Amino acid sequence: MSVQFTFDGHPLTAQSGQTVGGALLAAGVRSWRTTRFQGRPRGLFCGIGVCFDCLVTVNGEPNVRACLAPIADGDVVTTQAGDGRG
Amino acid sequence: MTAVADTVAESAAGNRYDVAVIGAGPAGMAAAAAAAENGLHVALIEGGRQLGGQYFRHPAPGLNEPWASQLHHGWSRFETLATRVETSSRIDVLFEHQVWAVEAGFNILTDRGPIAAAHVVLATGSYERVVPFPGWDLPGVFTAGGAQALLKGNLVLPGRRVVVAGTGPLLLPVAASLSVAGAKVLGLFEANHIRGYAKHPLPLLKNPAKLLEGADFARQFLRARVPLRSGLMVVEAQGTDALEAVIVARPDGTHRRRIACDALAVGYGLAPQIDLALTLGCEHKLLTDGTVALRVDTNQRTSLPGCYAVGETAGIAGVESALVEGEIAGLAVAAGVAKSRNGSPAALRRRRDRLRAFADVLRARHPVPPAWRDHLAPDTLVCRCEEVPARAVAEAVEDLGATDARTVKLLTRAGMGWCQGRVCGYAVACLARRDPTEPPNPADLLAAAKRPLARPVPLGVLAEQDRRNK
Ligand SMILES: Cc1cc2nc3c(=O)[nH]c(=O)nc-3n(C[C@H](O)[C@H](O)[C@H](O)COP(=O)(O)OP(=O)(O)OC[C@H]3O[C@@H](n4cnc5c(N)ncnc54)[C@H](O)[C@@H]3O)c2cc1C
Ligand code: FES
Repeated sequence: MSVQFTFDGHPLTAQSGQTVGGALLAAGVRSWRTTRFQGRPRGLFCGIGVCFDCLVTVNGEPNVRACLAPIADGDVVTTQAGDGRG
Repeated sequence: MTAVADTVAESAAGNRYDVAVIGAGPAGMAAAAAAAENGLHVALIEGGRQLGGQYFRHPAPGLNEPWASQLHHGWSRFETLATRVETSSRIDVLFEHQVWAVEAGFNILTDRGPIAAAHVVLATGSYERVVPFPGWDLPGVFTAGGAQALLKGNLVLPGRRVVVAGTGPLLLPVAASLSVAGAKVLGLFEANHIRGYAKHPLPLLKNPAKLLEGADFARQFLRARVPLRSGLMVVEAQGTDALEAVIVARPDGTHRRRIACDALAVGYGLAPQIDLALTLGCEHKLLTDGTVALRVDTNQRTSLPGCYAVGETAGIAGVESALVEGEIAGLAVAAGVAKSRNGSPAALRRRRDRLRAFADVLRARHPVPPAWRDHLAPDTLVCRCEEVPARAVAEAVEDLGATDARTVKLLTRAGMGWCQGRVCGYAVACLARRDPTEPPNPADLLAAAKRPLARPVPLGVLAEQDRRNK
């Protein structure tokens, strides 16, 4: 079953059962966070919730681990800058 | 499986389990099944949402691809084991329960509240070890197991043109899965030379299935034209905002070659995830590859009465030994409760010993090549979380006189980030040695394996996020 979500405003499609990270990578998106100090892009690294590199903002909530969180229909996913607390 | 308790208050309502198994990978599933089949009431506690752990990670129902079934060998073994767990009326499977500490006695603290149990079996598996190299923080660089988890769990490829590199047996199934799923695997680069296996014929000959498995992979790579090269490692990843290419070279930096790719799956072996046990005070042992594992007796008992360790927590040894050790521990706990003098069957223990001997050979053959340090650039991040460059670590050691990892950490913040040093701990322990030929200090390696909280949940900072991750 496919689910619709947006990433930084762009509509994308994923398969239900995928994680946010899986959905983004399947759509060709490789990074969704910029680091706190150097502003460098980051995406998935360890894939199992250990490294915290994959943090992303989902529906306004920052610091969601994209490798663990399931994607849901209507999710609004946005690139997270720094710690995501503005 | 009895109804999954929604809140722990409910599941623990006044009742104390005979045994709590932490981790529902192959080892934990086997332990839970064996204990329940022998009359014990079991809580099988798992942070994730499915049975199977890393080896048997599988896509959620509804996700499918024509090649999906080829990602697993021997899937029927999982089905048999899952049936044993799911049909048992004595096992409560508690998904989405993150254990962040275990108190003696045993009181298991989870993000959903405490669970009481007379015995505990630690089956928390492992995480991957990667050493830093220039560009390893670029999107497109994945740990080898991470690439595998993405694929097995989501049926999504990390990239189209992939390089697999590092050291250790995990690289083989990772390259095989990527190739089955349609990625072009541009090469599998094993940093160590493979010929050294001949020096340890006995454990190899006693595990013929392992040799056949190796031959299977070799055939598969030949068919898919995956070049398998040993004695080469990735010394640099290149790209502006994402990975564009890797430089592969001999550990001494010669024979450099650039390979354009959009994903790198890199790993230097696995490290047991044993923070819960170390905090409890279980004895540990340092293994030849610099990893720290729990010390167990022939029935998988740790030094702490009532506390057992199975699978990767007792030292990395792979799925086969995880499965036998789970059975052994489940039977041993049951025998203990029944006050029977028979522990686990000798045949199982012999099989475990054979598999462990084989794992020791693998460990000895796949060290992290010490030359990784030579390839660091001053601005290569050592700690990805706190963005601490190699330059800062070198200053702490050379100019400020730090001689141990703890001091390096205090001076640079390396290892103080969200991952609590899981990713950089080994590298920092190595770099704290001014003399690169000296192996890391055992105390520093232990410090890298130990953290007060196995999960960051109670720090509050991440509590919200963890709720979302449910
Ligand atoms: C990312 C990764 C991918 C791997 N892929 C393969 C592969 O494809 N092929 C292969 O042969 N080997 C693979 N391995 C090796 C793997 O460790 C073994 O094959 C096998 O899965 C080990 O079984 P186990 O039961 O000891 O641990 P695991 O299978 O790792 O199971 C441990 C379980 O414990 C849970 N857990 C851990 N800590 C907590 C906690 N604090 N609270 C609650 N739950 C917790 C985890 O969620 C996990 O489900 C992989 C390892 C890793 C790290
Ligand atoms: S990729 Fe490491 S925590 Fe998500």
